[in-house]
Amino acid sequence: MTSELDIFVGNTTLIDEDVYRLWLDGYSVSDAVALRVRSGILEQTGATAAVLQSDTMDHYRTFHMLERLLHAPPKLLHQLIFQIPPSRQALLIERYYAFDEAFVREVLGKKLSKGTKKDLDDISTKTGITLKSCRRQFDNFKRVFKVVEEMRGSLVDNIQQHFLLSDRLSRDYAAIVFFANNRFETGKKKLQYLSFGDFAFCAELMIQNWTLGAVGEAPTDPDSQVDDMDVDLDKEFLQDLKELKVLVADKDLLDLHKSLVCTTLRGKLTVFSEMEANFKNLSRGLVNVAAKLTHNKDVRDLFVDLVEKFVEPCRSDHWPLADVRLFLNQYSASVHSLDGFRHQALWDRYMGTLRGCLLRLYHD
Amino acid sequence: MPGKLKVKIVAGRHLPVMDRASDLTDAFVEVKFGNTTFKTDVYLKSLNPQWNSEWFKFEVDDEDLQDEPLQITVLDHDTYSANDAIGKVYIDIDPLLYSEAATVISGWFPIYDTIHGIRGEINVIVKVDLFNDLNRFRQSSCGVKFFCTTSIPKCYRAVIIHGFVEELVVNEDPEYQWIDRIRTPRASNEARQRLISLMSGELQRKIGLKVLEMRGNAVVGYLQCFDLEGESGLVVRAIGTACTLDKLSSPAAFLPACNSPSKEMKESPLVHPPSHGCRSTHNSPIHTATGSRLTQNFSVSVPTLIYTGMGSGSAGKEGGPFKALLRQQTQSALEQREFPFFTLTAFPPGFLVHVGGVVSARSVKLLDRIHNPAFVGIMGNTRSYKLLDWNSFNSDEPETRDAWWAEIRQEIKSHAKALGCHAVVGYSESTSICEEVCILSASGTAAVLNPRFLQDGTLEGCLEQRLEENLPVGCGFCHIPYDELNMPFPAHLTYCYNCRKQKVPDVLFTTIDLPTDATVVGKGCLIQARLCRLKKKAQAEANATAISNLLPFMEYEVHTQLMNKLKLKGMNALFGLRIQITVGENMLMGLASATGVYLAALPTPGGIQIAGKTPNDGSYEQHISHMQKKINDTIAKNKELYEINPPETSEELIGSPIPEPRQHSRLLRSQSESSDEVTELDLSHGKKDAFVLEIDDTDALEDVHSLLTDVPPPPGFYSCNTEIMPGINNWTSEIQMFTSVRVTRLSSLNLTNQALNKNFNDLCENLLKSLYFKLRSMIPCCLCHVNFTVSLPEDELIQVTVTAVAITFDKNQALQTTKTHVEKSLQRASTDNEELLQFPLELCSDSIPSHPFPPAKEHLESASSNSGIPAAQRAVTVEKASPMGEGNFRNRSAPPCANSTVGVVKMTPLSFIPGAKITKYLGIINMFFIRETTSLREEGGVSGFLHAFIAEVFAMVRAHVAALGGNAVVSYIMKQCVFMENPNKNQAQCLINVSGDAVVFVRESDLEVVSTQHPTANCQPLCAGGEVTT
Repeated sequence: MTSELDIFVGNTTLIDEDVYRLWLDGYSVSDAVALRVRSGILEQTGATAAVLQSDTMDHYRTFHMLERLLHAPPKLLHQLIFQIPPSRQALLIERYYAFDEAFVREVLGKKLSKGTKKDLDDISTKTGITLKSCRRQFDNFKRVFKVVEEMRGSLVDNIQQHFLLSDRLSRDYAAIVFFANNRFETGKKKLQYLSFGDFAFCAELMIQNWTLGAVGEAPTDPDSQVDDMDVDLDKEFLQDLKELKVLVADKDLLDLHKSLVCTTLRGKLTVFSEMEANFKNLSRGLVNVAAKLTHNKDVRDLFVDLVEKFVEPCRSDHWPLADVRLFLNQYSASVHSLDGFRHQALWDRYMGTLRGCLLRLYHD
Repeated sequence: MPGKLKVKIVAGRHLPVMDRASDLTDAFVEVKFGNTTFKTDVYLKSLNPQWNSEWFKFEVDDEDLQDEPLQITVLDHDTYSANDAIGKVYIDIDPLLYSEAATVISGWFPIYDTIHGIRGEINVIVKVDLFNDLNRFRQSSCGVKFFCTTSIPKCYRAVIIHGFVEELVVNEDPEYQWIDRIRTPRASNEARQRLISLMSGELQRKIGLKVLEMRGNAVVGYLQCFDLEGESGLVVRAIGTACTLDKLSSPAAFLPACNSPSKEMKESPLVHPPSHGCRSTHNSPIHTATGSRLTQNFSVSVPTLIYTGMGSGSAGKEGGPFKALLRQQTQSALEQREFPFFTLTAFPPGFLVHVGGVVSARSVKLLDRIHNPAFVGIMGNTRSYKLLDWNSFNSDEPETRDAWWAEIRQEIKSHAKALGCHAVVGYSESTSICEEVCILSASGTAAVLNPRFLQDGTLEGCLEQRLEENLPVGCGFCHIPYDELNMPFPAHLTYCYNCRKQKVPDVLFTTIDLPTDATVVGKGCLIQARLCRLKKKAQAEANATAISNLLPFMEYEVHTQLMNKLKLKGMNALFGLRIQITVGENMLMGLASATGVYLAALPTPGGIQIAGKTPNDGSYEQHISHMQKKINDTIAKNKELYEINPPETSEELIGSPIPEPRQHSRLLRSQSESSDEVTELDLSHGKKDAFVLEIDDTDALEDVHSLLTDVPPPPGFYSCNTEIMPGINNWTSEIQMFTSVRVTRLSSLNLTNQALNKNFNDLCENLLKSLYFKLRSMIPCCLCHVNFTVSLPEDELIQVTVTAVAITFDKNQALQTTKTHVEKSLQRASTDNEELLQFPLELCSDSIPSHPFPPAKEHLESASSNSGIPAAQRAVTVEKASPMGEGNFRNRSAPPCANSTVGVVKMTPLSFIPGAKITKYLGIINMFFIRETTSLREEGGVSGFLHAFIAEVFAMVRAHVAALGGNAVVSYIMKQCVFMENPNKNQAQCLINVSGDAVVFVRESDLEVVSTQHPTANCQPLCAGGEVTT
């Protein structure tokens, strides 16, 4: 005796959170049943394995039908086929768009195209996340990217509006979209110690300060598709950053800057001598990063450069974080006292963000 | 020109992409009513078109308004080729035709295509301007209200319950017409949907006409069914109970009255003394006639039956107003009363005087039109069984089907008479069709209704009633309506355990809901009897003969199983009994479902004794005693589980005198001997005691085993197939209606009856287990109105469809149930939103003044002393309910506006919504859908296909209700779910028919502030009512 057909349809769609998680994690029905059996549910409820199998199948079928709607979450709200309480709808969406740290680190900053999808197999093997789950996460990234890529206005707001995600998750997606769009390199070995949270933090700062939207400028020509306010870096700003080069190119200016910083920080840093010795290198590194940002390739290597030019030297000298903070504060502030330097606003826009990023990136 | 229909097409959304090139759609809409069609403009390149059309106006007869559905077709415009259909919406505009219901239909409707399912939504506004038509020869019956609910709808009051109405219409099935060979499946499906829509409109109109002729204004318990007879056509038939209803807010003009019984009296030439003196006779809890054997059996046992002579009411007591009313009624209305049947299952207290037992009749018919000489042989047979109606081969004649049903109804009526009853309540009809064989079934509960109660309560009448019946609360209906001295079958009668005055049977089977005033000990439970019988494949008349030969045995065995299981549960009565016999190619299936309860008025059921046939074998004896022990243990366990306390306790609570020694009943039972052979068909169990099981062969052994394999629901779960669970009164507001379908393929190898039985039993048990597991988050909860339907779509396939509603209840309060009757009914009043008791309210408030005693003062006192209780309890219920409700439906109970989410529409097979008050009935929902696919695998196989389809059906029902302005469907029922598959061709087709009442409800917690006084006021007369009948 075999069941040819076995379904359960409730007027209110039944959602089992545990099964939903298993489904999202990409387990097959039989794996999911095995995992549920292991969770001791049979003992708790006195159900049989057959019941569990049928129940799991039902939920999987429901999720499969819901998946189409989850691709455009506002549809889930307006559709008539599944009656789901709003709190449950929110849960479905939030969980569907949630991603694994291990996975996002693998694809962050990569081009979200089909080519990368072939790499999903490798990622799956490497991270231990099922291929199905990888696919879902990758497709989510790509879908969100496609929708908001060309959109004007706040990136986070756009994501929230079109995907009905929580504020936290929308910010994460904003970071993913921003990284994917600017193709920041995050996969290098020396960047492995950084978490997604670190990058997302930097992304948020950069979106707030370095994009067109950040300036609050209305686009001159509304029809021009050139710049997306929040997704692309402000090209003009990057161009202007070249002007900062004078800080290291002009030897007097560099010396003056160094002396200003050293005077203020003397006695306040545990690593003062190391700082004094390294000042010119560090400053050169930071300013050169800025000057190079006109080239796309160098934009991509931003994080590699920051780690190479600043984080690593400091770390090798065992700077405590407090010293890094003191130094960076002083380093940016002293520029205001350099009479010969005319790009104070530009410097603040650059350094304000960079300081935040560097402090976040500075850890083991 | 009696009506103007106005339609406006506003917008569409989520349309499918019809043009691959642009990923967009150029959509326009055709609006069709009758033969008139309007079109909107084409809205270019959009998946969310905004047509915002003008008002399309159709000027039509109200006859057409009733018959025709409004048909809205969404199409994709194509300049070069034919326009592609996206999908359709059929809107039944009937709800707009009576004043109290909806005034406008406006909302988003799913656009449905029979091949692709739901494809987007369309926003439509529909209005009707009706002109008064005073033409008395009119063919329409606009204004007659229809209710699926099988009780007097909340917020209405029955002025008169007129009685049975039925009608059927027949047509050719478009699927079997020659044209079907050349048209697309879509066209064929749509023709079918449209035809059925038309036919049900016509049917409803015709029934409405009958109601108007009877001077009624509503049909309650309306049940419409389709018989897909295949080649021989399509039958749409409906039954219902005609009533004159009054909106509750309006002042009561008449006393509630029931015409039917009095009509019965008028007809009867013989005047009999009131019910108890009636000299007839039948004690079988199920009184059945199936085919010739039974008919013979029956006629022998009750030779004195004369239809017209059995009126058991008191003819002389007709009130003046009644006569006047009766006189006004037309001849055809009188003819209708030939059948004093009521499709209602719940009644106002006092309406039901006695219940005799279940009456049922079945008949096997051949749908074949071809004249075949072989039939003569059968007709010449000694069996009087009517296989075929010779005069009615043309199935297009509704008269044929009418005659078939009339025959069955006559039989039912005569059975009721045999039980000393003049009416049948909880009446229903059904069919099972396989190829050209059709089993027609009808069943109901024979009952004596109380006409006097419904007339002007003259002093004598009331006195007399008190003296001769002295009906105590909660047991009166159990008292036998027949004469104990003249019973055709021996039965164990005892004095009522409640009042000690009247005789009661030892078990009581009924098809109705548990009367609200019944005194029940403990909780109830779902009891099912399941049975399969193999049958040789045969053609036409041979097949029909084989079936009719098998039927009596099936009835017998189903009955035995029910009886045994009831005993095993330690209970003594069944409510809501529904026996379904399904015919397939090579087998017959029987499935009986009912809710078992322990009625305090009936004697404690004895145990089950096992008797072996080979007494000398020592090990065998041991085996027997082992079994016996197991059974005894199970009974004890069940008693504990369902809180069936020793009756002494309950009797003390009720305050009745100490019962006679209980040995008395035991004695009776031990006397009964099991001597008969099983082969002798005797449904009454008169000689062969139902609860002595003989183990003389493997069959019996299997029976015992199957008895013991029924697993009780897990802790926290209860189930019943009635409206409410006896013993649970504190429902919270969380409900979950669901449909579950399973199809199982039997291994075709050497099927035996035992193997079949086991398979079927496992299928049902596993299905129940799955339900309990799925709904575990709702614990403590009760599955109410569990409705199993079995069909045999193919040779080795069994399909079981279950629809039920899970309702959570408050455990803390459940523990303190079954205190006293009054308190119980108060609790119930507070939780069942007192609507159930609207009737008593009206009845009592009307009858109190004329009532001689108890004095009004006492009423007031009792009322005032009790008046605090409901409110307090209500508060507790609400308080406790709300956290749960909020946990799970946090935002749902809030008005659906904030997130622009879709408004929540609740669906329930019950007639009420726990914790809420129904404020308005918007009209009947009766929908028929066909879904077909030619890409079964791609849609997730049969399960994926049907899952999606049922979800879509729910969605369309909800959308229609929401468009009518409602927020719930009550008395929802899935009447048909016909599923056919052809996996080899990657095809499947499914037909679903659902119905229910669209309503508006208001949460009681929302009402609380406004009407704290109101519920209390309602409860007062209830308490009084309880006392009046004591």
